[in-house]
Amino acid sequence: MRRIGVFVCWCGTNIAGTVDIEAVVEAAKKMPGVVYTGEYKYMCSEIGQSMIRDTIKKEQLDRLVIASCSPRMHEATFRRTAAAAGLNPYLVEIANIREHCSWVHKEKEKATTKAIALIRAAVAKAAYNRELVAGEIPVEQRALVIGAGIAGIQAALDIADAGFEVDLVERTPSIGGRMAQLDKTFPTLDCSACILTPKMVDVASHPHINLYTYSEVEKVEGYVGNFDVTIRKKARSIDMSRCTGCGVCLEKCPIKVDSEFNEGLIKRKAIYIPFPQAVPNVPVIDRTSCRWFKKGKCAVCKKVCPADAVDYEQADELLEKKYGGIVLTTGFDTLKLDEFGEFGYGKHPDIITSLEFERLINASGPTGGKLVRLSNQEIPQNIVFIHCVGSRDKARGKPYCSKICCMYTAKHAILLKEKYPHSQTYIFYIDVRTGGKEFEEFHRRAVEEYGAVYFRGIVGKVFPEGDKLLVQGVDSLSSRTIEIEADMVVLAAAMQARDDAAEVARMLGIGVDTHHFFVEAHPKLRPVETHSAGIYLAGACQGPKDIPETVAQAGAAAAKAIVLLSKKTLIADPCVSEVNEEICTGCLACIQVCPYKAITEKTLDQKVHGRVVQRLLAQVNEALCQGCGSCTAACRPGAINLKSFSNDQILAEVDAVCL
Amino acid sequence: MKVSTEQLRSYILKDIAVISGENVVECYQCGKCTAACPVSKAMDILPHQVVRFLQLGMLDEVMESNTIWICASCFTCAGRCPRDVDVANIMEALRVILLRKRGVSRLKTEDVRLVFSEGMPEQGVVSAFRKFAR
Repeated sequence: MRRIGVFVCWCGTNIAGTVDIEAVVEAAKKMPGVVYTGEYKYMCSEIGQSMIRDTIKKEQLDRLVIASCSPRMHEATFRRTAAAAGLNPYLVEIANIREHCSWVHKEKEKATTKAIALIRAAVAKAAYNRELVAGEIPVEQRALVIGAGIAGIQAALDIADAGFEVDLVERTPSIGGRMAQLDKTFPTLDCSACILTPKMVDVASHPHINLYTYSEVEKVEGYVGNFDVTIRKKARSIDMSRCTGCGVCLEKCPIKVDSEFNEGLIKRKAIYIPFPQAVPNVPVIDRTSCRWFKKGKCAVCKKVCPADAVDYEQADELLEKKYGGIVLTTGFDTLKLDEFGEFGYGKHPDIITSLEFERLINASGPTGGKLVRLSNQEIPQNIVFIHCVGSRDKARGKPYCSKICCMYTAKHAILLKEKYPHSQTYIFYIDVRTGGKEFEEFHRRAVEEYGAVYFRGIVGKVFPEGDKLLVQGVDSLSSRTIEIEADMVVLAAAMQARDDAAEVARMLGIGVDTHHFFVEAHPKLRPVETHSAGIYLAGACQGPKDIPETVAQAGAAAAKAIVLLSKKTLIADPCVSEVNEEICTGCLACIQVCPYKAITEKTLDQKVHGRVVQRLLAQVNEALCQGCGSCTAACRPGAINLKSFSNDQILAEVDAVCL
Repeated sequence: MKVSTEQLRSYILKDIAVISGENVVECYQCGKCTAACPVSKAMDILPHQVVRFLQLGMLDEVMESNTIWICASCFTCAGRCPRDVDVANIMEALRVILLRKRGVSRLKTEDVRLVFSEGMPEQGVVSAFRKFAR
């Protein structure tokens, strides 16, 4: 017979106000296996805990049921209490009579009956609790950072500065990301490149950072502390050890294609460096447009290269490496505006996106920082900005707020007026959102000192009239329709997740929300972790955010990764699945449902009537298993059990409540 | 309604700014002036709308309204404004500008004798003339 102790907590009046503690204690005394029942006002307090410890010894208890708050709140606390008294911590069972009972009920009598039922279930389950021992898993002390925008750069630098080796993988030929495309940053108007490029150089020269540009993560397997990752280093067609970055090849290449870095506003060559401050400052051949790769002719770059660095034979290289933790910083895209015909994007050269505007006003941009109308190369006088193009639009765009558009549009208004004092800026908005340090002041400065005229309302139509653009909008504050003859219209297109975000999430075994932004483990308390241990998030891949927030989040993600890497081994939660090999039929339905790729197949040699027969079985990797229990539901013969939540235990609970 | 640079930079707007000493651009249209105004119910456009029309250079909307004449200059609006814009001062400036407009004055010099005989206090007459002076 078990010697079970039941401890009922009042939680002040939280439980005792709705549940008759005395009646509960009396009822618990009669439950099978219960040898001791106690109650106290605050069981989690030091006095409560020492009462539990003393009673365990005095009454020689071998199972505990604590009737209190949610196990999410204090299960760990009471497990520690039990361990301190020499009892295996997994022999403690929590009956949640607060969140599941007293907080949601008003009638004391019924709540008391329910509390008793919950405790009866917990007692029945506790009788089946087994001693479990947490295992240890080793930690590979190296981190992988995927995406080298400002988030990835910051996370890599922080982890590397803590002394751990970091591999930074970037899909494009250079690190820098979106921030490298920007002109100035709000609200301080710091030059974006001036504050970013030193960090890019730091990354390139850091002894603990290995940079893999023009590379993609292709496969991720394994688990926290031991991720096995395959990285594809795409063929750059340039020998990086030889190239001096002289740029002769770029001049001589005869093929021109749209420059991605410049949002297609100018052309780049087929052999190219995305931008002058690129890191590494080594060109790459875009094989989809290069004449040599398409037609087998040309080879001009090879002929002119003084360092003999051009290598058409170079092939993709696959690297297989092991990592303890992964930081995901893959950034964002802007919404395609095909759905928004009323704004005329793509139909007229003077209707541009904010990111294109950013390139046009950038001193290192295609016009050298001279803002011109792309239709006639003249400087625009009247410029209309439209907020929320696709943001806060559940019909054709995204229902969320893109967060940064209000601020960067105010920045654009200021930059414009400073550069062209005679210009006039008109801004159509739904709300101006300036939550952030110095943000509201910055916005007001755009209005009061730089004369930006804001209209509360959105534009219904933009169409060319003569050499102007006629903008039809509304100012809902004055209830007047507004017509403006504009020279240029700038659209603040919504931020959205990368096209392949869902695939990346599947590869890593993490979640995405309905808009394909990666999901954090808890929106408030675990904002940079994912549901998969050892994988962390930073930057706009998790949701729209600005640079300061991105940098702060990257630092936080790095800190989490450092905490992980600084341990030689990890304690594994023992509440994981186990396969009863005698019952397992090898149907492997469990493999299909496991979201953590924790179950694999194995073959077992078995002697049957003197012959050796091979049997197919499922096996659980205890380090990968997160204890979700999906496999136990999928297993037809009932061969898989979740330790601490076995079928026996669950059924005992159900019986105790129902019978 | 067309909005143009000329309209936004009209000299009358500058006059209003000089006479009232207020900068309408400071207003962010929270509407507290209207919410506080004891006579706003009788107005055809509301006090915050007066400021909004001025921000957009839509002068006719303001000048033709009854609002500026109904305003009692109680200064409640000014006391409540979180942006420190004194709407009562703006109302006064608008009235002054209208009164000073040649040919539209309600008080003509030749009528002064008459209004005296109707019992208008001297102070009132002096005040009315003050508004003619440019």
